[in-house]
Amino acid sequence: MPLSTRVIACLDVDAGRVVKGVNFENLRDVGDPVALSKSYGDQGIDELIFLDISASVEDRTTMLDVVRATADTIFIPLTVGGGVRQLEDVDQLLRAGADKVSLNTAAIKNPLLLAEISQKFGAQVIVLSADIKRSKTTKSGFELTTHGGKVSTGMDALEWIATASKHGIGEVLINSMDHDGTGKGFDIELISTIREITNLPLIASGGAGNIIDFVSAVLAGADAVLAASVFHFNQITISEVKQSLKSANCLVRN
Amino acid sequence: MTSVVVLDYGSGNLRSAQRALEHVGATVQVSSDLTLAKNADGLVVPGVGAFAHCVEAVIKMGADKVIDQRLARNLPVLGVCVGMQMLFSSGIEGGEETHGLDQLPGIVTKLESPRVPHMGWNQVKVDSGSSLFAGIEDSDFYFVHSYAVQTFKSTVEPPFQSPKIHKTVHGSEFVSAIENGPLSAVQFHPEKSGDAGLHLLENWLMSIQ
Repeated sequence: MPLSTRVIACLDVDAGRVVKGVNFENLRDVGDPVALSKSYGDQGIDELIFLDISASVEDRTTMLDVVRATADTIFIPLTVGGGVRQLEDVDQLLRAGADKVSLNTAAIKNPLLLAEISQKFGAQVIVLSADIKRSKTTKSGFELTTHGGKVSTGMDALEWIATASKHGIGEVLINSMDHDGTGKGFDIELISTIREITNLPLIASGGAGNIIDFVSAVLAGADAVLAASVFHFNQITISEVKQSLKSANCLVRN
Repeated sequence: MTSVVVLDYGSGNLRSAQRALEHVGATVQVSSDLTLAKNADGLVVPGVGAFAHCVEAVIKMGADKVIDQRLARNLPVLGVCVGMQMLFSSGIEGGEETHGLDQLPGIVTKLESPRVPHMGWNQVKVDSGSSLFAGIEDSDFYFVHSYAVQTFKSTVEPPFQSPKIHKTVHGSEFVSAIENGPLSAVQFHPEKSGDAGLHLLENWLMSIQ
């Protein structure tokens, strides 16, 4: 009885509104994160990730309201990332109804933050979000970046995941910067390379364009598959993804 | 309406548990007030993170005695995740054994699976005659944990009824839920298990009335 493959939708939220293009015909307000989450829930999504891209402190407070309203409406796991910089942020988000927080730049700047969070709330609340691209400058050929691939860290992505694991994390969200936005499929080489070095659950992200891409990611070792725009624009539905995983003998939640 | 207290001892996301129970018709208070906890129709004991921390926090506030008194008076208690684990005799984390609340025999140990934490949707092998899982025997539930009760022996002799023991496999087999008179406990998160989870909470509320 292995675990079901999780299908995850990611929503970018700015000042309490979902941005970066969402096109749901059956929704009156496509920018409302709560309405969208509800719609995804009805379609059978297994988990949701909110990425807070707000620039101001006030807008982060708005994010807490969004998390509260969502957690009050839909009863599936909710991860929030984007504005998590200190222990207090995690506490506030969990109290608002989030189950996990995703950390990216803040963890790179201060890896001990991972240890602090995992000691206080358990490692399972931390999703390590890693923006990774190919590079000749690192040993493994994969480099850790920040700011959506724009800023190089010079760090080997695989070494970073190993370091973060020692501090305590629950799972790894692998963002392929080489595949993100291309629609040419998940980065299979990257997923299988990371699968070899860790036993933690892996979420594949970046590049989903066709239904079959999700199956390939799972066969490469992903425990969960994440997409944003192909779901938002109804190019691929959640049930199509689950159906295709099922046909490939991957368990899914009914 | 059925009144439920979600015990607040500073552990993680309690809001979802509150809202999910409200969704299925309960009047819910998230509280650390022991009198409220003692007298509510139902008491939910949540828990995330380390076994030792949770047990310590519950004992420090005196809630262990409240749980004891409730069970003696046949008042329902529902343990969730680490809130389930700490109802057992002890837990071993990082080689250190910590006493639990000892309402059930069994030891909480690290899951024997290459993939830990056990995170995601999994099935439960439901014991026969369960009221908690009535109508949702084939559903998936959402799990997030690295430890579980993997050895459990019920020593109950007739005329007393044996507890209903529900199991799940992740690497090895573990107790994923248990029903023993007024005491129910689930290793997964019903408040995060979509419609199936809400159904389970509704079943629990029904058993209270």
